[in-house]
Amino acid sequence: MPLSNDDLAAIWLTLKLASTVTVILLLIGTPIAWWLSQTTSWFKRPVAALVALPLVLPPTVIGFYLLVAMGPQGPIGQFTQWFGLGLLPFTFWGLVVGSVFYSLPFVVQPLYNAMTAIGLRPLEVAATLRASPWDRFITVVLPLSRPGFITAAVLGFAHTVGEFGVVLMIGGNIPAETRLVSVQIYDHVEALQYSQAHSLSALMLVFSFIVLLLVQGVSRQNTQRKGHG
Amino acid sequence: MDKIEISLDLQLSKQFNLALDCVLPGKGITGIFGHSGSGKTSLLRFIAGLQPCAGASLTVAGQIWQQGKQKLAVHQRPLGYVFQEASLFAHLTVQGNLDYARKRAWPGTGIPYPQIVELLGIDGLLRQLPDALSGGERQRVAIARALLINPSLLLMDEPLASLDEKRKQEFLPYLHNLHQELAIPVLYVTHSLAELTRLADYVLMLEQGKLKAQGSIAELSRQLGLADPDAPFCVLDAVVTASHPQWHLVSAQSQSASLWLPDSGLKVGEPLRLHILARDISLSLGNHNDSSILNRLPARVESVNTVQDAVMVELSSNAGALLAKISLRSAEHLHLQVGQSLFAQIKSMALSR
Amino acid sequence: MRALVALLALIFISAQAEPLKVAVASNFAAPMQAIADEFEKQSGYPVSLALGASGKFVAQITHGAPFHLFFSADQSKPKALLDAGIAQAGSQQTYAIGKLVLWSPGQDPQQGKILNGPYRKLALANPRLAPYGSAAVSVLTQLNLLHSSKTRWVQGENIAQTYQFVQSGNAELGFVALSQLMHNGALDTQHTWLVPSHLYPPIYQDRVVIRDAHERADTQAFLTFLQSPYAEQIIRSFGYALPGQNQ
Repeated sequence: MPLSNDDLAAIWLTLKLASTVTVILLLIGTPIAWWLSQTTSWFKRPVAALVALPLVLPPTVIGFYLLVAMGPQGPIGQFTQWFGLGLLPFTFWGLVVGSVFYSLPFVVQPLYNAMTAIGLRPLEVAATLRASPWDRFITVVLPLSRPGFITAAVLGFAHTVGEFGVVLMIGGNIPAETRLVSVQIYDHVEALQYSQAHSLSALMLVFSFIVLLLVQGVSRQNTQRKGHG
Repeated sequence: MDKIEISLDLQLSKQFNLALDCVLPGKGITGIFGHSGSGKTSLLRFIAGLQPCAGASLTVAGQIWQQGKQKLAVHQRPLGYVFQEASLFAHLTVQGNLDYARKRAWPGTGIPYPQIVELLGIDGLLRQLPDALSGGERQRVAIARALLINPSLLLMDEPLASLDEKRKQEFLPYLHNLHQELAIPVLYVTHSLAELTRLADYVLMLEQGKLKAQGSIAELSRQLGLADPDAPFCVLDAVVTASHPQWHLVSAQSQSASLWLPDSGLKVGEPLRLHILARDISLSLGNHNDSSILNRLPARVESVNTVQDAVMVELSSNAGALLAKISLRSAEHLHLQVGQSLFAQIKSMALSR
Repeated sequence: MRALVALLALIFISAQAEPLKVAVASNFAAPMQAIADEFEKQSGYPVSLALGASGKFVAQITHGAPFHLFFSADQSKPKALLDAGIAQAGSQQTYAIGKLVLWSPGQDPQQGKILNGPYRKLALANPRLAPYGSAAVSVLTQLNLLHSSKTRWVQGENIAQTYQFVQSGNAELGFVALSQLMHNGALDTQHTWLVPSHLYPPIYQDRVVIRDAHERADTQAFLTFLQSPYAEQIIRSFGYALPGQNQ
């Protein structure tokens, strides 16, 4: 069954959202993961737990809280209104904010693992080679945690593509603005239009399979490299 | 370079406290010696700024590196550091590792790059990744990298510890050559007497976090010799003064004494370090001119200790401190007493560098 | 060994007493819960309720989900099950008729005139999926507001989500089910406009018996109880009309 224009619009929107979210997640996740990997503060555990929260909360619960928080009375809503940005629910950027929060652990975790695996020594070496903290981060931490960045980017992207509960809650199903592939599939299923649902689902399935294959490849490469060392 | 002044009191764990107050020479190789767990590595890390210690003070060549809470960050201290295990950047080639240091080198004239590469014999390795190198090769690259930063002080933490005995023997000449080239002071942490006596000019002995002794290697030779229960020895520093080709011998001056040594191609003026096993020194009450032994030194008994089946006799002589190991019977026969004058006969000695 | 016997006995007994499994559209959740509680008390038959979207239930039942009764939010989904031969022929019947409300917390909906005014977002259920959504679309069509409002729609996947959009303040107004705003037989809020029934086709909510379940005694008892004055009073108290009665 060929894809309809609505389906194509949903695919395009999904890719746009996932790319935007991945870029933002890497920008936000990197300092968080780095801080978590370095700090010995008591504050580390609560922050780590907060970041991991989306892993355990049902997506619809997250979606509901985001809807309330980004609403006119919610703290995020007050903030965005104060800055003249209006309200975020039912907008593309609302989905971006929700997805960033929802996919954060999938980016922070691999980055944190990669950065922790570097250990203290290479950083100490760099410090004795006259590298400032920022210099050490750029020239040692980033290149040494490259496999972590690849895994993080792929997982963040894939998880955003696959997310459903949150976008359903804060999206409002607006075509080309918030109607993503997962929502579209749900609509097809709910409307008992199973053949259309099948086409889109098959596409998602193939995509997810390839993504997971890629992640496996990266992690295998990684363990091989470690094995040599 | 001026001296290095250290004062610290560091509670590393509930059981372990590292506390010392000392001044180290600003030139040559200073060996920091002690058993494992004596605090050697912690001291080195403190000097580098890798081990924080509140309320300590550290002055290197007149520059304050730490004064209480005020301290220079690691990357602000003009030092080179060679870690115990090879610690090259895995994501860079050997060349990349060396360039990392060259780009960030301290101003001033150090050993030129080509000379460092040649000195450490790494020119064939430049394109390799660290994973492809042997342990010894990696450590040589690490030393080259630490030198290329053009440091004012080189810190080495058991650089040979990760190598097996054969590689160590291959490696020591590189370090020895380095010693001749380097104008900067080196702090060299080791628990190996062999490395210490071969390389160090000055020794800081640590025991359970406290300073046990410090001094030149000759001054500490008795303590150091006794520290090796299997093969006690002592060390003398000497300079070749004359060559006697007809006898295949040279004469060398150690403090105010002259010694005979077999000529193994030594040049006049060359500094020597002599390694004398305690069992190669015998004692006699009279000066036996009729003996075949070439080196006989008047000496004074400083102490007499019975150790299991033998007697260790510490002596002072005009060549320096000596250590003799004699049988129980001989000790009784000679009626050894502290302050007694006698002659030490040196049956053989080895050049340790 | 004794414990094992006890466990086996427990499994055996509980298999005997398999509860009546009822799939219920979300919008009818509250009245159904009240009805089922009373039914259990009176008859002694255990009832297990599953709440969710009607379309999802159809997909699940088609693929063998072990429900005995299905209370849909519309008429088309029970019919799909009948057509597929999964529901018992002749068992489709309307159990409640939903009423549509325009809700605008914080301001007076002015008998629907607020729809002409400057609002940011209008929430409605997805008309493709939910009968309350298509009812809302016919109201807007009747009022000639379909095109002017369309760009400001936010669609809930079901009527429960539509309610949340309005309740959280993210949409200023929305078409929801009267039943969602009823509590103990009275309206919770003042800012509502009960949309006149001539503006939209009636929202018939139908139920079917899944094949084989009609032989169960508890099924018949439950369907009979549903038509008792007690049950009908509960349904009305939640803002639904009943078939064959004045709306």
